[in-house]
Formats: sequence, C-alpha cells, structure tokens
Amino acid sequence: MQLFPCPFCGPRDESEFHYGGHAGNARPDGAGMPAEGWAGYLYLRPNPKGTAREIWVHMNCGEFFVMERDTVSHTVLSVTTLGGEHAA
Amino acid sequence: MTASRLAKGGSAIDRSRPIRFSFDGSTVHGFAGDTIASALLAGDVAVVGRSFKYHRPRGIWGAGVEEPNAMVDVGGSLASAPNIRATTEPARDGLVTRSVNATPTAQTDRNAFLDRFARFIPAAFYYKTFMWPDWHMFEPRIRAMAGLGKVDRDWTSPGIADQINHHCDLLVVGAGPAGLAAAKLAAGAGLSVTLVDDQRKPGGSLAHRAGDVDGKPAATWVAESVAQLAGAGHVILPSTPAFGIYDHNLVGLNQRHFDGRPDTLWRVRPRQIVLATGAIERPLPFANNDLPGIMSADAALVYLRRYAVLVGRRVVVATNNDSAYEVAAALAEAGADVTLVDIRRDGMPDTPAKVRLVKGQALASASGRLRVEGVTLDDGTRLDADCVLVSGGWTPTIHLFGQARGKLAWSEQRAAFLPGDAVDGIAVAGAASGAVSLSEVFASSVNAVASLGETAEPAPRSTGPESTGGISAAWPMPGSKGRIWIDYQNDVTAKDVELAARENFVSVEHLKRYTTLGMATDQGKTSNLPGLALMAAITGRTVPEVGTTTYRPPFTPVPLPSFAGVRVGEMLAPLRRLPLENVHRASGGVFQEYGGWLRPAHYGGGADADRSIQDEALRARQSVALFDGSTLGKIEVIGPKAAEFLDFIYYNTMSTLKPGRCRYGFMLSENGVVFDDGVLVRLDEHRFVVSCSSSHVAAVHARLEEWRQDRFGRGAVYIHNATADMATLTVSGPNARKLVETLELGLSLDDAVLPHMAIGHGSYGGDEVRIARVSFTGDRSYEISIRADRAEPLWAHLRQAGQAFDAVLIGLEALMILRAEKGFIVIGKDTDGTTLPHDLGSDAPRAKRQADYVGRRSLFTDEASRGNRMQLVGLTVPQGEAPLPTGGHGITRIEGRLRSQGFVTSSYQSPTLGRPVALGLIERGGARHGEAIEIQHLGKIRTATIAAPCAFDPAGDRLHA
Ligand SMILES: [Zn+2]
Repeated sequence: MQLFPCPFCGPRDESEFHYGGHAGNARPDGAGMPAEGWAGYLYLRPNPKGTAREIWVHMNCGEFFVMERDTVSHTVLSVTTLGGEHAA
Repeated sequence: MTASRLAKGGSAIDRSRPIRFSFDGSTVHGFAGDTIASALLAGDVAVVGRSFKYHRPRGIWGAGVEEPNAMVDVGGSLASAPNIRATTEPARDGLVTRSVNATPTAQTDRNAFLDRFARFIPAAFYYKTFMWPDWHMFEPRIRAMAGLGKVDRDWTSPGIADQINHHCDLLVVGAGPAGLAAAKLAAGAGLSVTLVDDQRKPGGSLAHRAGDVDGKPAATWVAESVAQLAGAGHVILPSTPAFGIYDHNLVGLNQRHFDGRPDTLWRVRPRQIVLATGAIERPLPFANNDLPGIMSADAALVYLRRYAVLVGRRVVVATNNDSAYEVAAALAEAGADVTLVDIRRDGMPDTPAKVRLVKGQALASASGRLRVEGVTLDDGTRLDADCVLVSGGWTPTIHLFGQARGKLAWSEQRAAFLPGDAVDGIAVAGAASGAVSLSEVFASSVNAVASLGETAEPAPRSTGPESTGGISAAWPMPGSKGRIWIDYQNDVTAKDVELAARENFVSVEHLKRYTTLGMATDQGKTSNLPGLALMAAITGRTVPEVGTTTYRPPFTPVPLPSFAGVRVGEMLAPLRRLPLENVHRASGGVFQEYGGWLRPAHYGGGADADRSIQDEALRARQSVALFDGSTLGKIEVIGPKAAEFLDFIYYNTMSTLKPGRCRYGFMLSENGVVFDDGVLVRLDEHRFVVSCSSSHVAAVHARLEEWRQDRFGRGAVYIHNATADMATLTVSGPNARKLVETLELGLSLDDAVLPHMAIGHGSYGGDEVRIARVSFTGDRSYEISIRADRAEPLWAHLRQAGQAFDAVLIGLEALMILRAEKGFIVIGKDTDGTTLPHDLGSDAPRAKRQADYVGRRSLFTDEASRGNRMQLVGLTVPQGEAPLPTGGHGITRIEGRLRSQGFVTSSYQSPTLGRPVALGLIERGGARHGEAIEIQHLGKIRTATIAAPCAFDPAGDRLHA
C-alpha cells in the first residue's frame, strides 16, 4: 500500500485517496469547441511511463491537490495544493 | 520400526504436560510444545497425507513453513481450518486433525489406484483431454476429486480479527542468529526495533544447530538477547510470519495466538527493514524421492534436538554439501545406524564418529510401498533404510526481497539465487544473503545494519565449530530413470518438466502454468529452483537465463479473517439509518436497503406486503400521508459566488431564483449524461440548499467540491453537507395543509405566502423548522425539516393529529407508485448512462442558455442530436392486465427478427387509477404518444400504448387543492 502525502494531512494510506485525472487537462469552455478537442478533454489520457502529474483528492479532508509521481517505481516526487503551495 | 521419542532431551517440549489429539480418527500422544508433525513422528505415523493428483502416500518432509506434504485439516473447539501445515501448527489437547486428499485415511486411501494410471495423466492431461465437447461437462467431477483440504461450512469465526497499524525505525524479519544480531546492533544504535519470527520461539537455527556465541551456549545467548531487547521496550513477535512487502515498504504480518482467538494482522510501516529470513533445504533428485520416510536432513536435526524424536534407526543421509554432516553425527550419537552418502569425492569435512561414509555416489532410487525401505546408489549398491535424509543444498529465502522488487543474482558457488542490487531501505542478512557459517552470518548482520546507515557494533562473536560452504550442485537431469518428484505438493515430476520443454513451454512463467510447478499452497518453496534448473539443463541454458517467476505475497497462507478485520457482516458495508428508525419499527415498519439507507418499505401487511403497499398508495391520494424523507440530500452552498457556481453546476439557470423559492433541475456529467436531479432551495442571496437523490449525496458532494476547488476557489464558495443534521418529515395529500396547521409552526400557510415551490421558516417546540412546498407525489406537500434529534415529538404530533384525517404512514414502495403515476423519474432507474436531459423532455436550457455549464458541449454532438434517441415515455396497458415487466424491451420486427427500441424502466399497479402505470425509455418516444408498441420479456410479447409520462392529474391541480 502506497503512502501519499496529503498537503494538508501528511502521509496517509493510498486507500484514503481518489484519482482525479491527469493534471493540466484544462476545460475548454464554450459551445464552439470542435468535437475533437472536447473529446480529448473528456477521454484522452496520457498514461505516461515514468513521471506523471496527476490530480488526487484526499477523501478524509476533501482537498484536491497535484501529485507528481513515478508510475514505474511508485516514488512520490512532489505534492502541490491547487493554490500552488508545495508541501514538504 | 523406526521413528520414536527418546527418553530425554527436546528443548521445545514440556514432558510434565502430556497432551492428546486425534489424527484420521486415531489418538496421538504428545507433549506441550510439540507440533502436530513432531507428535505424529514420535508416534511413528509415516503416511500423513495423499498427493494432489496421483494419491501417492506422503510423509513429513520438513519442520517449517516450506512443508509440501504434511498438511492437515484442523478442527475441534479451538480451530477450524483446511490445509494447515502440520510442521508449524502446535499440537494441542482436543484438536481433531485429518489428512488431506485421502478417503477414508491417509494410510488406506481408496483413490490410491490412480497412481497406477500415472503415465496416462501427465502434465496438461486435463487441458488436452477434456476440451471436447465442453470442459464444463467434466468440470464438476474433476473438481470433486481435485483439491486438498475440506472447508467446514458450518464453522464460524469466534470473533473479529484485530488489525494493528505499527510504526518503527527498523523491522527485522527472522529471529535467528542473523536477525537477533541485527536487532541488537540497531537497538544499540538507538533505533526502535520490531523483531518478528514465524516460529514459536526466537533462535532460528540456533535452536538445533551447534555453536557458541560470545563464549556462551547459543541457547543462553538467544534468551539473554531476547530479554535485553524486550527489556529496552523493543517489540518482539514470535509466531508472526511476515507474509508480504507491499508498495512503499508496507509489511504485512499475521500473528498467531493458538488459544481460539483469530489471528492478528499487523500493518507495519518501518523506516528500514532487515530481512533475516534464513534458507530452505532442497530435496535431492532420485526415483521415488517422495516416499514417506524421506525427509529434509536439517528437519531430522530439528526433530531430534527440539522434540527428542529420532526419525529412524537405519538412516541413510544423502548430501551434496556440508550441512548434513552435523545431522549424521547427531543421529549416530543418538543411537541410529547412519550411512552418509556424499555426491562429492573430496573437499568434505571430517567423517563424524560412528558414521559410514560413501563418497562420490548419489542416490539413484528409493524403494518401499507405504514407507521407504531402502535405496539404490548410482553404482547399484543397495542399502536398507527406514529413513532417508537428504540435503540438496540451501535456497535462500529471498521471497520478501523479491516482492520488494529486489533483483536476484545467481551464485554458482552457492548454487542459489542471492539478493542482488540493494533495494532502498531494505538489507538482507544471514543465510538469506548466502552466509553459511555462524561467523559469516554475524558479519552479514553487521554489513546489513551498516548499509542502512547505522553504526553497527559490537558484533557478536561466534565461538563454535565453523561449517564451510562447500556444495556440489545436484540438479535433476533430463533423461533420468524413474519418477523423480520435483514439486511434491502438486505432483510434478522431472518427466512433466521435460514434456513442457518438448511442447515449447520453456519460459519459466509458462513452465509454471503448464505443469503447475510451484502453484500449490507451499508455492514451490522446495521445488521452484530444482524445476527451473532442470529446464535450464534441458534447453541448454544457465539457471539465471531461465530466471525465476515473479515473487508475490503472501509468503505463507493468511486466513481471510485477518484481512477482513471488522469488515464482516453488517460492517462490510454499513447501512445508514434514519433518526426515527425505532419509531418506524414500533409502527410496524418493514425495512429494506435503498441505496445504502435502511428505510421502511411499507408498514405492516405481514405476508401480503403488496396489499399493504397498494393500500398506502390509495389512502395517500384520499386524505393525507406521512412519509419520512430524512435521507434526501441537503448540501448547503454558501458564498459570494454561490449563485454563479450553481449556474455552472446545473443544467438549468439557478441565479434567477428568488430567495425563499425552489427550482427543480438536473446536474449533468461533462459527457452530458444526467447525473442527478432535485430541487434547489435559495435561502437567501448567498445561501442555497442542494437537494439531491438519497443514494447520491456523497457523489454529488464530491462533484461540488471538485468544481469549487478547481474553478471557483475557496474564498468564493463554501460547501457543507448537512444531510445528517436534519430530519425531513413529509406531509402530502389533499388534507396536508389542515394537518400541518395543527402543528402551529408560527408561519402563514396561506398559498399566497407559501405557494408551491416556496419555503417558509417556523418553529416547533422551540426548534427552528424549515418548510418546503415541494412535491414528489403530485399532491399538495409540505416537507418539514427539523434538527434530527428533535424530530420525534414532531412526528408523534403529526401521527396523533393525523388520526382525525385518516392519515396514513407510507413507506418507500408506496411513494414509488405515487411518483410513477405522475411520471416523476428516479435517476439511474428511469435513466441510464446514455440519457441526456432533452431525452427527458427538458429542452429549454439546451436551446436557450448562453452561459457555460457542466456537460454543455456534449449536448451538441452528432450523438446528442441523433433523431432516434431513446426518450422518456409512459406506457399503458388495458385495465385488468398485469403491470408490464420492468426491464422488458420495446421491440420492432425487421424481417422476422426482433430489434430493441428501448425498455420499461418503472412499472406498478396504480390503486388510484385502477390500472397499471409504467415509464420507459423508447426510441423517438416523445413523438409517438398514442402509438402501440410490443413489449418482449423472457420470450413473452405483450402490447402497450406509448403515452405521456404523467398518467395522473396532468394539469397539476392537486398541487394546489
Ligand atoms: Zn488530507
């Protein structure tokens, strides 16, 4: 079981977290977005081997944050609040 | 005979406490401290089980967790578990044990005839033979014959297994010499240490191998070391196998108790780990090497020194390495006639006293029927023997290291895989790292602790005899004569491995799956390495070129209650409960689970639930109904951007809602699909309450939080889930207003002041109440919300005053009928994962709204604009017919074939209308009102008429009546 560092609560078991998609998947607002662009926002995921930037939510405190981690070694590289503060 | 208990000795047994248990119906005598295996050996029970496939007689092989043969089903008052290793299970008074895969007993198994057909059932026999016409024809009978132990279906766990989360600086796995030394060094360096071992007493090999440490007998050094660690507050857990290392070095331990209590699961998060897990002795390859009486040489020494059991009188010890010499010496000393057969010609230790040495020879075969009677050497020499002890070398126990993704390195010198490159935070010491002599073991402990960055001194000093590491590999070879067992537990022979190679299953993973080598409950602890060494020889590769299979937890079997902990029975998925549950039960409420909530389905009715539900639905329309709607979601959205936020969240514009008013709307997912529906209440300019579906509250709350944090910011909106804070009691029906008036809530119920879709504030018994004119029945309704802990008097008042109006309590089933009569949907029942809001007749926001909202773009795709989408409709059948089957499909016929046009989503008998009502999703249904449609269900076809969803009071007059 992995240990994820919630920026608000500290290290906790992975079972307390939910995955919220890859970071940087900005929502294209507006009805004029071409279908391909909208489909990409909805469905296309990078699934990188190695470093990934992801959105996670810690269910216990309800806070979303950005986590950088290595999908091969499972090393957690950094966590950042949505406000941009880095946690140790 | 042959195996017997000696008159004195045995460090593990207490001769003052005799015990008795049964094995296959016979009584076995032993002493406290015995394992089931040691007591069986002391009673000279040779055959303890039957093999998996051929029902061959099998005896005890080892003395530890690697045991492939001696498995028993354990019963009695203290325990019930199948496939328990007799070698690690303490013998206890009153245990009832049975051999596995044997009928009626291991000694006289009636399926033993199968062994005579062995050459017709090689590896993959079942895959190849039972393909045609269909495996499922044969499966039940084959499964009945396969398998080992039997589960006692009537047995229930005596309690809930504790689960403990534990943290320490250093976890040491294995309390043999290497682990004890590492623990003491780390404790000396100031670390908090947890030391665990699978055996009942710490000491490992020091409990049966000779050696002095720091000038003391080994046993004294072990006892002093343990006392010293425990005295300093370190945690020492015997009988606690570490079964797995998981991500980020979480270690799972299963602590055993042996007193009837369930085991305890430990989840340990150590900063660092030392694996001192020892090594496992390998068998030697020769024909019939599975006969009872053929044992691990080291195990014989364990039985002699710990349990005072001499395993035989005429003993042949066969070896390819030095470790068996101490065994031969000890058995000869204890009075056995010992012949030592060493595959090597030179480089051996001195021949022990009273032992005959035959060098440069290996065993070619063993003979005997229900136990070994003799062996034949390579040169044809025959030796009589009642027991054959074998040592084919040592396989370091690197399973946990492998689980932690440690890479292995092949050592030709040790004929074994050793730990390779270091894994962060994990060090390996002792025999697991390839150390053989006690001085090597202690040196490896110093290295292990030092490699973790800790000072490691002073090192213990071994002062006993030094064994050497000499070994001459003795792997099974292709083309050998006779049946040479590789995997005892799964009945895999050398010939099976050769067959796999011929059929090109040469990858180690394919070899495993094709022959089932290493797939039994022992996970191939004694067999994997010989098996892949044989594959290497057959295919002309080296052992490391063949490689190993992936190491996965658990190292030893773990009872499911340990993993379950408290998550059993009701606690597996705890139900949410109403504040007034006991009151409803006193009123005859019959409870069922609805979306995680335990709610009254109906009140009373006994065996005829249907009648009671129909009666509730009918009376609700006649006068007034009381309904507990406390489960309805109440999520408060507060803040300066609350209105803007809700405009984005909802499909409908919400910012135009006036304070004190309510509006019904949909929430969509970004793919446009309707996610939830409900009423939004605007309490004041910056404060709203989102009413969402009862079973959907957590999911809606999570979505609101996500959009709040991602898009609007903490300072703009605040969200609070107040669902559990308040009870909501609903009064509905033509007399609802009159009944609510009796509560004297201190507010005007005049429709001009409190019209449909408005809210008011009052008080009851000094507590604030909120009244919402919202209706899920189609009748005039008042939803009264009050602090959950003050709801009971209000409910009692309504029931008391309701008697004058013939008020009826209704459960969820009657409510479902009332809402279906009105065509009101339940999300997830009347919609599915493709339903868009305009499929439900809600077109206006899609057509008119300019601002963006969740899911908007998805409503303008080709798919969303498709002309033949399934749309919400009502479905009617003639009076007197039964309700349509929910799930039945609307069909068309194209050239004789049926094609689905959609399906029935809700269907009930309406007591008020005196006919069935139904809702469905049907292609182009919105434009087909009045059209007939065939409904197919389980082969039966009926005709229905498509109609508007609302079947009752379409003008909505009753809301205001
Ligand atoms: Zn948190």
